[in-house]
Amino acid sequence: MPILGADMQAGTLVEWHKQPGDVVHRGDIIADVETDKAVVEVEVFMDGVIEELLVKPGQQVPVGTPLAIIREEGKLTGPPTQSAPQHAAPQATSAVSPSMAAQPHRRREPSAGIGQRVSPAARRLANELGVDIANLVGTGPEGRIQLEDVRKASTATPAAPPPDRAVRMRQAIAAAMTRSSRDIPHFHLQQTIDMSRALAWLGAENERRPVADRLLYGVLLIKATAVALNDVPELNAVWAEDHVALNPEVHVGVAIALRGGGLVAPALHNANKRSLSELMRDLRDLVQRARAGSLRASEMSDPTITVTNLGELGAEAAFGIIFPPQVALVGFGRINERPWVADGQVVVRPILVATLSADHRVADGHRGSVFLAAIDRILQEPHRL
Amino acid sequence: MKQTEIRDNVLRILGNIAPEVDLSTVDPDANIREQLDIDSMDLLNFVVAIDHELRVPIPEIDYRRLTTLNGCVDYLSARLAS
Repeated sequence: MPILGADMQAGTLVEWHKQPGDVVHRGDIIADVETDKAVVEVEVFMDGVIEELLVKPGQQVPVGTPLAIIREEGKLTGPPTQSAPQHAAPQATSAVSPSMAAQPHRRREPSAGIGQRVSPAARRLANELGVDIANLVGTGPEGRIQLEDVRKASTATPAAPPPDRAVRMRQAIAAAMTRSSRDIPHFHLQQTIDMSRALAWLGAENERRPVADRLLYGVLLIKATAVALNDVPELNAVWAEDHVALNPEVHVGVAIALRGGGLVAPALHNANKRSLSELMRDLRDLVQRARAGSLRASEMSDPTITVTNLGELGAEAAFGIIFPPQVALVGFGRINERPWVADGQVVVRPILVATLSADHRVADGHRGSVFLAAIDRILQEPHRL
Repeated sequence: MKQTEIRDNVLRILGNIAPEVDLSTVDPDANIREQLDIDSMDLLNFVVAIDHELRVPIPEIDYRRLTTLNGCVDYLSARLAS
């Protein structure tokens, strides 16, 4: 059972796509598994023959449990052993059995038929109401399935059992945050940042962009955080029992609040190397899919640091709890106009409070301060982002 | 386009963004972002949809005029008439 995030403790095998005796090739999808947050496909990374299926559909098993035995050509591959302690998972994907990994997959219940066009809102509503989109005929342009189609189907469909995903997600978050708070010695720092340069640059930049290509200031914060890790790489790391193990890549987990409650923090991969336009496009896609319940396995398991941005309607500052096995979380509050001293004068400036929650086993207040100062410095030169 | 049509379009687009909300309960004079829990990404998606469907590109400086449902309708009416 692959691990798809630190808060995942078990998964349920939904369906096998292969049977004993079937030949499989690298990349084949052999099963679907369900976590508290999504259904994902399990892919094999070897050629061979299915020797035995070890888990039955509907069975819930802990992370790391072998699901099947695959016989490679000319030899028998025994049940894969767990390669990392459950939940510690400094490299989450390595905890997946050696022969398997999870593969991106949309939630299965409301699966659209081949060629069906479905609006995101209709898909989301179908998720909530338990309506199988594959059985619907769209009445929108070019047969697109719209909200009304889902609503009609839901009234014609016998009432489904109440969804418990929100409850399970809250339980998963509770377990992960409790463990983090218990096991990680947190320390917190904050820095006030004058955002006038960044916002002025952003305003001018957005003025010349088509509406659909505009940037949100949150993207600047994500990029600034990712780039600032060049100065303090130990905050992009894991604590490996007795030493710091740096992550070679920067995958920023972005905290996304879900409508109806709950929170996910999927990864924007290689955020330090992506342009602002690329990050913005990916973030829009990520938010849309997060709220539709269709995140990819790698997005759920790969974050190396988390950013939470409370946005325009949020509080002034966020002091978060680290998502293990990460060692740092950066919080950004609402931007407020505040008195600010510049060149000996009191002026009004848009002020942002940036906070750092960090693991004291890997860093200290001095290094944390260097990191927040780097974010501040980078945001004063937004054109370089 | 009549104001009622504009209102219907705005509500339809908002319904796609916040499908869980009963739009019949929206107070047209109250802050729509607070009522519908619309964040900055939702607002951008709303503006993009207005641009795409009604052909009205809204500059960022005018976002403050979209605070309420009635404000949206008045703003779009003026833009479509000009």
